[in-house]
Amino acid sequence: MKADPRGVLTGTHFMDGDHACCEGALAAGARFAAGYPITPSTEVVERFASRIPTVGGTFIQMEDELAASITLQGAVWGGAKAFTVTSGPGFSLMMEHIGYAAMTETPCVFVDVQRGGPSTGLPTLPAQADMMQARWGSHGDYEIIALCPNSPQECFDLTIKAFNLAEEFRVPVMFMMDEVVGHMTEKVVIPPADQIEVVPRKHTHKSVSEYLPYGTNGDMVPEIAHAGEGYKFHVTGLTHDERGYPNMTPQVQDKLVRRLQNKIRSAADRIALFEEEQTEGADVVVVSYGITSRVAQRAIGLARERGLRIGKLRLITAWPFPEKKIAELAACVKAFVVPELNLGQMVREVERAAAGKARTFAVSHAGGGVHKPEEILKVIVEASR
Amino acid sequence: MSDLVNPVEQFLRSDRMPHIWCPGCGIGTTVNCFAQALIESKVDLESLAVVSGIGCTGRVAGYVKLDSFHTTHGRAIPFATGLKLANPKLNVVVYSGDGDLSAIGGNHLIHAARRNIDLKVICVNNLIYAMTGGQTAPTTPDHAITSTNPYGVFEPSFNLPHLVEAAGAVYVARWTTFHVRQLARSISEAFKKKGFSFIEVISPCPTLYQRRNKLGDGLDTMKYYKEKSKTRHGAPTSEVGLTMTGEIIVGKFVDRDRPDYQTMMRGQMTESLGDKFAEQAEMVCS
Repeated sequence: MKADPRGVLTGTHFMDGDHACCEGALAAGARFAAGYPITPSTEVVERFASRIPTVGGTFIQMEDELAASITLQGAVWGGAKAFTVTSGPGFSLMMEHIGYAAMTETPCVFVDVQRGGPSTGLPTLPAQADMMQARWGSHGDYEIIALCPNSPQECFDLTIKAFNLAEEFRVPVMFMMDEVVGHMTEKVVIPPADQIEVVPRKHTHKSVSEYLPYGTNGDMVPEIAHAGEGYKFHVTGLTHDERGYPNMTPQVQDKLVRRLQNKIRSAADRIALFEEEQTEGADVVVVSYGITSRVAQRAIGLARERGLRIGKLRLITAWPFPEKKIAELAACVKAFVVPELNLGQMVREVERAAAGKARTFAVSHAGGGVHKPEEILKVIVEASR
Repeated sequence: MSDLVNPVEQFLRSDRMPHIWCPGCGIGTTVNCFAQALIESKVDLESLAVVSGIGCTGRVAGYVKLDSFHTTHGRAIPFATGLKLANPKLNVVVYSGDGDLSAIGGNHLIHAARRNIDLKVICVNNLIYAMTGGQTAPTTPDHAITSTNPYGVFEPSFNLPHLVEAAGAVYVARWTTFHVRQLARSISEAFKKKGFSFIEVISPCPTLYQRRNKLGDGLDTMKYYKEKSKTRHGAPTSEVGLTMTGEIIVGKFVDRDRPDYQTMMRGQMTESLGDKFAEQAEMVCS
């Protein structure tokens, strides 16, 4: 279906990534946000607080991130598309509710504008060190989806994508920005509403007597009902059967947890978005994401000027990790170079997917700034030997 | 005899029986009173949602045949806040225990009362963490023996009616599970209030609290509630704190009116934005 024009600020704007993310959420149909102030992410909800009363919806500033991350889920079960926005310390507090959203299959979006950590770390400076937390931060086995924009334009485009994926798979989607992308101001083009595709909620059309809240038909994603529609359904974070009733047997646990995993894994190829450039015939492929991909672009250019055959793979989807793509490339290239603003997170995935067929070089950075292109270039040259 | 049906059965998921509560536990009694209140107040069951946290009382959501949400520990109130704000037509009841609502969820309790979110909170207070085996709660009275205070509790406890009144609740009552009619009436009254209502129900935990403190069984506790409860409507909440064997002041302590969160939001937005304020449309996004 097409976007509701009331939320779409069609036009050409000069806008930062945080604001573009907010506009993406509004265009995607988000009409509810719950937040708690934290640098460098607060601008997203500040803009939402300013925009939503004239669009029709609600923003509430909660008492902490624990509250914000579950208030939004109450709103989802009340019928809204909803999200929250935070940065590292707040993201840590939200982990339990990412697990709750995964377990209860609550479609929603968590935006994390990454800053340096651990702990309070570097409140105003960038990092990309929450990538593994986004994947594994809540306890237990589950799958999420995570996207990594590298420009304000992508903050708009991919926020819509994040909401669409959340609805399609009934899964929490992590929107992994970084401080630089969040605060960088660039041109953002917002198309007319009728050119924006929005995925509606997978709402049940079944009768009350036929409806099974966690029953599935082949595609592994159950149909949802909202409170107040007469279905009188039950939702729990406990292991539950197709009726949504608690059933804490190993058999029901196995069936449920494997379905939660498989509904994402079986669609991983479709969810995995990436940008690929000159990988054919390349000796080395630079794998990067977010702001680092823009620094890497310069390093790749410098390497090519030296006559090196360098390909580029920019991850747009971080999770599920595009391991098939990496495996394909690993069969053809000598090495991967993986710069990121952490001490080695996604590089482990590259190494795992390459499975020894190509070497893997990390270009680590503890955060607080971005790499110098020369630092990446040096490793590219080394990897090309 | 086959045509005799318990009048509260229509509100229960009988396919989930038997329930997990112990013999002598008071939670089932509170559910009975809740069901009686639904009958008396004629609340529309299709627009009624129950939200629970974690613990023995947290299991209530699983047994009532209503839209029901068993959330995370301490977070029933913020979940209910989102549910209510997204669909203001819903009647949202938060049904949880003293540990869930006042310890891990204590921050949300006071802020929801401050905001005056239109929620009806039923707090079953058994004075202990029961599901996990009888640990000290913020409500456990002085000198009581618990598994984490085996030599007696020495930290002061919360007086919940006083706490929520100070935070801004518009309706505050306390009963025990002996006061079944009064409790059902209070729940009915709360359904008529707009704003944050809080009903505390003192309830026995014979398995852990009563046994460890040599307070007898469920029946002995009923006798205690009967003998030591004193109804004082309008009692200053500062005077209703609980002790292990002393008097229990019960009654309706607070019944006042002030605008609820959504009324205040609508008023402020209309004042600031005039015609530009878009009254929240139906949020159902399908």
